Amino acid sequence: MRHVLLVRYGEVFLKGANRPHFLKVLTDNIKKAVKPLHGHVWLSDSRVYVSDFSDLDACIDRVSKVFGVYSVSPAIELNKDFEEIAAACVEMMKPLSGTFKVFGKRSDKKFPMNSMEIGMEIGGRVLEANPNLTVDVHKPQHRLMVEIRDMAYICVEEIKAVGGMPMGTGGKAALLLSGGIDSPVAGYQLMKRGVRLCAIHFQSPPYTGELAKDKVLQLAKKLAYYSGGMRVYMVPFTKCQLEIHEKCPDELGTLITRRFMMRIAEKLAKDFGALALITGESLGQVASQTMEALTCTDAVVDMPVFRPLIGLDKTEIMDIAVKIDTYDTSILPYEDCCTVFTPRHPVTRPKLADMPKVEEKLDTEALVAEAVENTEVLIVEPE
Amino acid sequence: MLAYLDNSATTQPCEAAIEAMTACLREGWHNPSSVYRPAVEAFRRVREARENLLKPIRGANCDLIFTSGGTEANNLAILGTVSRMRGRQTVAVSAVEHPSVSAAFEQLRDQGHDVRVIGVDMTGQPDWEALERALNDGASLVSMMQVNNETGVKLDAERLHKLVSGRALIHVDGVQGYLRVPFDMKWADLYSFSGHKLHGPKGIGGLVVKKGVKLSPRQIGGGQENGLRSGTENTPGIMGLNAAALELVKMGEDMPRELMEKKLRLIEGIRRAVPDVVIHGPAPEDAAPHIVNLGFPNVRGEVMLHALEAENIYVSTGSACSSKKLKVSSVLTAMGMAPAKAEWAVRFSLSPHTTEEEIDYAAGKIGNIYDTLKRFQRR
Repeated sequence: MRHVLLVRYGEVFLKGANRPHFLKVLTDNIKKAVKPLHGHVWLSDSRVYVSDFSDLDACIDRVSKVFGVYSVSPAIELNKDFEEIAAACVEMMKPLSGTFKVFGKRSDKKFPMNSMEIGMEIGGRVLEANPNLTVDVHKPQHRLMVEIRDMAYICVEEIKAVGGMPMGTGGKAALLLSGGIDSPVAGYQLMKRGVRLCAIHFQSPPYTGELAKDKVLQLAKKLAYYSGGMRVYMVPFTKCQLEIHEKCPDELGTLITRRFMMRIAEKLAKDFGALALITGESLGQVASQTMEALTCTDAVVDMPVFRPLIGLDKTEIMDIAVKIDTYDTSILPYEDCCTVFTPRHPVTRPKLADMPKVEEKLDTEALVAEAVENTEVLIVEPE
Repeated sequence: MLAYLDNSATTQPCEAAIEAMTACLREGWHNPSSVYRPAVEAFRRVREARENLLKPIRGANCDLIFTSGGTEANNLAILGTVSRMRGRQTVAVSAVEHPSVSAAFEQLRDQGHDVRVIGVDMTGQPDWEALERALNDGASLVSMMQVNNETGVKLDAERLHKLVSGRALIHVDGVQGYLRVPFDMKWADLYSFSGHKLHGPKGIGGLVVKKGVKLSPRQIGGGQENGLRSGTENTPGIMGLNAAALELVKMGEDMPRELMEKKLRLIEGIRRAVPDVVIHGPAPEDAAPHIVNLGFPNVRGEVMLHALEAENIYVSTGSACSSKKLKVSSVLTAMGMAPAKAEWAVRFSLSPHTTEEEIDYAAGKIGNIYDTLKRFQRR
């Protein structure tokens, strides 16, 4: 008898011919997650198991944060001896009260009892031993699983995990990471779909300081927890901003700045091998996030731009930020490059056709190339 | 080239302090409260340090309580004295104190005491008449800082002493003044200072208490420091503080004058490069010799700070304790400055170890930086 963690996966189930590939990636990711706990991970009969870990709670915490995992259950692995199994079930159900149901499942057809019989017999014994429990076969509060496979497994507790798709199966994308509340959440949403990220941050010294940079690295570190390391591109952006500030109409300043960011980001994304950009924009949140403004920013890049927060309210975004533990870092009050020259009255309905004329006075290509050239690349490791 | 001009935030520990601390950690580490020979030796060295530290402020009739630094000393002085007084007290504090003082008075207010905040004029001098009124209303404690950490404004401690003359206890926060601006314990009942502002280590400071002043401890336990501050003495800190203080004393009576000359040289250099520069507070000659607060018109202090940082020149916008909060200085607004202008403030703070090369380097760079920055302003 030994303690194991039973791992169920979600959407990977829906995969057809390439399911083995997804499962391999998922198993590898779980292996990486439990490595500090020395856990042993294996795949058997469409289930992933973890055993020999040093700390069950830590193991549950780590595995339930692996994308692609639907839920986890602390389970007991036993020999296929019915008396031994029944005794362990009685023991496991001892502290519980309320209603329960036994779900017997026999995939080893050599086992002398069938699924129904297992359920009935064990249910009887549990009921006898614990007067605080009653049976409810329709809506039980506790679901006791008894599975007879190559070994016998029993479990009752099921902990919901993050879900999503295994990290790395969704390709690569580049996240524009500002340091605010939204962009880390946007990154998380795509990571959840199995996308590996790099982060791109725009710095404007001396208008922004070392603390702002440190804050962004802290946020990248939080996200890196889910991917095991993240590349962060630190773009020196002051020169672009000053040129824009000097040569473009004030009310279009933010929009032109956004267009420059997208151009630079696309070049860096290609360096990373990414196929898309991710931003934390939410429709109508600020002047640069109206449909007209987004049309103007999208127009300068060929890559798709993913905006997973486009339909979310600020409060919904904040809730996710709290859940993924980026909120407290995001609200630190350091100036970021976006707020440096914020115009007092930005245009909310810009016209795409006006953009070339506005940018005419700027040597766009040279400014973008210089920023890309001087970008510093950092690797952030998870905590 | 590097210019460290943020000595009011903290100072670089001097070699003498580092040596004294290392020696203490290696050999003199015994508990001064124990009774065998090496422990008694440690006790003797702590006593010697106490005497050395009291001497420059003529503290012969005073005790020195070692604390973890200026904040604890200020807290102890204010909360410790008032808690020994009976009933609701009237207490007075200037409007431009360090948060470790003003927050202590806030706590007294929450406890129901009558806290009078004494305003300051444009040069940072307290409203003496308001103080007189508070005293007439029976104020029992007055707290004012010797040197303002943001502007360098100096307290006229002798005037304060004459005005109060036995009617109330006087606490002076000497964190920015001790050993750089002369002080005499005949002017105050309580005086706080900190080690790391004098090229000593962090984590050590002291509260000087005139004999007979009643105090209740904020930290209780084994009864060290006459029962006023329990906890095993921080002997390495005390040795470091003592060594650093001796170094400053050794520089002699001319040191403050030389420091003032350096400050004037810095201001002159900056003025030459940036004729628009504004001096916040009193005329530099009337302020403490090591602090000056300057405004660079239409350039936010924070931006100036980061631009200087890129040239290895380190300054701050206000006190280091509040500069991460991105608020306009409450000291400058208390002096009647408009918040929009207070945003321009940059504090330069020197130490006796600041070199003329550092000063000239900083002054030289500031001109170019200012010319670039003033071109780009938020419209």
